[in-house]
Amino acid sequence: MKRVLSGNKAVAYGVMLSRVQVISAYPITPQTTIVEELSRFCAEGEMEAKFIKVESEHSAMASIIASSVTGSRSFTATSSHGLALMHEMLHWAAGARLPIVLANVNRAMGPGWNIWTDQGDSLSQRDTGWIQLYCEDNQEVLDTIIQAFKIAETVYLPVMVVLDAFFLSHTSEVIEIPHREEVDHFLPPFEPQYRLNPKEPRSYYGMCSPDYYMEFRYKMQRAMEETVEVARVVDEEFGRQFGRTHSLLEPYRCEDAEVVMVTSGTVTSTSRVVIERLREDGVKVGLLKVKMFRPFPKEEIKGVLQGVEKVGVIDRNISFGHGGIFAQEIRSTFCNEDERPTVFGFIMGLGGRDVTPEAIEEAIHYTLDNHRPKEEILWIDLKR
Amino acid sequence: MKIHIPKEEHMGPGHLACAGCGSPLGLRLALKALGEETVIVIPASCMSIIVGPFPYSAIGVPIVHVAFETAACSASGIRASLDMQGDRKTTVVAWAGDGGTFDIGIQALSGAAERNDDFIYICSDNEAYMNTGIQRSSATPYLAWTTTTPVGNPKERPKKDMMAIMADHGIPYAAAACVAYPEDFIGKLKKAKGIKGTRFIHLLTPCPAGWRIASNESIKVARLAVETKVFPLYEIEGGEVHTITYQPKGTPVEAYLSQQGRFRHLTKEEVATIQENVDRRWDRLVKRCEGRAN
Ligand SMILES: Cc1ncc(C[n+]2csc(CCOP(=O)(O)OP(=O)(O)O)c2C)c(N)n1
Ligand SMILES: [Mg+2]
Repeated sequence: MKRVLSGNKAVAYGVMLSRVQVISAYPITPQTTIVEELSRFCAEGEMEAKFIKVESEHSAMASIIASSVTGSRSFTATSSHGLALMHEMLHWAAGARLPIVLANVNRAMGPGWNIWTDQGDSLSQRDTGWIQLYCEDNQEVLDTIIQAFKIAETVYLPVMVVLDAFFLSHTSEVIEIPHREEVDHFLPPFEPQYRLNPKEPRSYYGMCSPDYYMEFRYKMQRAMEETVEVARVVDEEFGRQFGRTHSLLEPYRCEDAEVVMVTSGTVTSTSRVVIERLREDGVKVGLLKVKMFRPFPKEEIKGVLQGVEKVGVIDRNISFGHGGIFAQEIRSTFCNEDERPTVFGFIMGLGGRDVTPEAIEEAIHYTLDNHRPKEEILWIDLKR
Repeated sequence: MKIHIPKEEHMGPGHLACAGCGSPLGLRLALKALGEETVIVIPASCMSIIVGPFPYSAIGVPIVHVAFETAACSASGIRASLDMQGDRKTTVVAWAGDGGTFDIGIQALSGAAERNDDFIYICSDNEAYMNTGIQRSSATPYLAWTTTTPVGNPKERPKKDMMAIMADHGIPYAAAACVAYPEDFIGKLKKAKGIKGTRFIHLLTPCPAGWRIASNESIKVARLAVETKVFPLYEIEGGEVHTITYQPKGTPVEAYLSQQGRFRHLTKEEVATIQENVDRRWDRLVKRCEGRAN
């Protein structure tokens, strides 16, 4: 069935089709319409789920950690300050190895208050042990929510599905809504290995001494390493069932490219248009959309970028005192390689500033025209 | 009503509490009262240690350890999940300290109580952050010594009235109990078990290390807290109906305070002030029990 849906409604449909059993969430712009839609689904019986209307995001995450350990498929959605408030519980969810799915609408952190898109909120949670998937359009959002549960329930790590504020959350597109029965076939009910149950008394998450802690962390890292392949297989399976795929990495016109631009989120769509035009003019430029940020699919990235002379990375985020976060990750991916691209790190579009085709073209030309970046951080469209 | 203490045990002897600690006694009694179809949520507190480290457990029912401020919302999540699985029989119990209840966890607890989520919340109140080494909480009594309220810089504010705060959420049941009165405590738990919604039990649990008492004196001191009316045993139903469940002797507070190193520095005048405060609050409670608003 085709329908015109905003990104936030696409999230809600994905959650409904995934037959989530417990939802717990707290409103924040621009995530709010996700929880409104889910409340409606629950109230109107389209979804059979408990919706806990908590008093904060911290409690939202804590309560679905508890519902997940008790064996129910569990979901929450948030944004920006809400995600930051959850920080402690994000560590807990991952350390507890719970297959929770969270939709985060990328929004800038204050001060000053800014409700527009910026990846600073989700990327600040980089080291919490969550899988992070960045979406480009609303179809990808819906499909990724369904895939996220399958990935999470395979590797026992939580998954954050990320979408840009307004450009996706509040922009409507025609999307295909999968049939319920097909989703049921793709995503069977959640059957955890262990669940809190008086018939099998166990102690969960008790004090863990130096004798054990490190091994638990090692296992989390191993699970992350497996995730790249698991996600690939899940996407393939999804493709067989629904006729669409959303790869972790999506190269576009990278063949014979002298420069490849690396993007994530909706900047990708704009960049694709720019690159198409430049290609018509004979400019040898390509694009690599990175969907999976954690685990960072290093080998797959090398597969695309090794041999490319120069790589321009567009970051809608900044790690203060260092630079753009995707750029850092790309640099570190290649640091032990003999052959490695020169990485140009562009900071663009912070706090929802438009990343225009002109701005992207400026970044591409800078990368083409310079042997090396003149500065480690290249600010585009900055009023100085 | 004759209440006997059930014989069955759901707690083993291999726990890690200090000698004389009131908490494991409280948990043991609670499990006797509630039975094996119970799950326990434990936020950061002494109890996180007492029940045993991974891979051990001193408790015969499932335990989930949770973050410090999340006892109540974790209990909400478990209840919702059990409901979705058609399990209406299991009792969900949150067991939190006074810091986890009066201070850092009050937001989540207030949220759950306002929603009237269906679980029993037991606040094991030893009147300070004991697990981190005796720092004041908002449950610490007026003028008591702690490491953050040293003698020269006393706590000048009274203990927060958590029972009133909880009752004023309109929850069906709130009760104050003390481990030195096991039958009273068990009776309240059994009553709570039969009620649906948020049930709050404020349980006084003596802490020899923090109160500066000998480990073999803890029950005696806890009894004095009740007999002096410092810690009355009562219940509040539906946020309105107050009932005193044990009539204290009204022993002078001095008898209670003088037993404890944490009050050793008090002057005669300060003891007299505490006596006045206790009498005033007792009168207020009696009036409420008589249905006379105050
Ligand atoms: C967010 C957070 N802050 C601080 C701590 C450290 N901490 C652990 S237990 C505790 C005190 C607990 O006091 P209380 O709730 O009264 O329980 P008790 O230890 O007295 O049983 C503190 C401060 C923590 N675990 N988490
Ligand atoms: Mg305490």
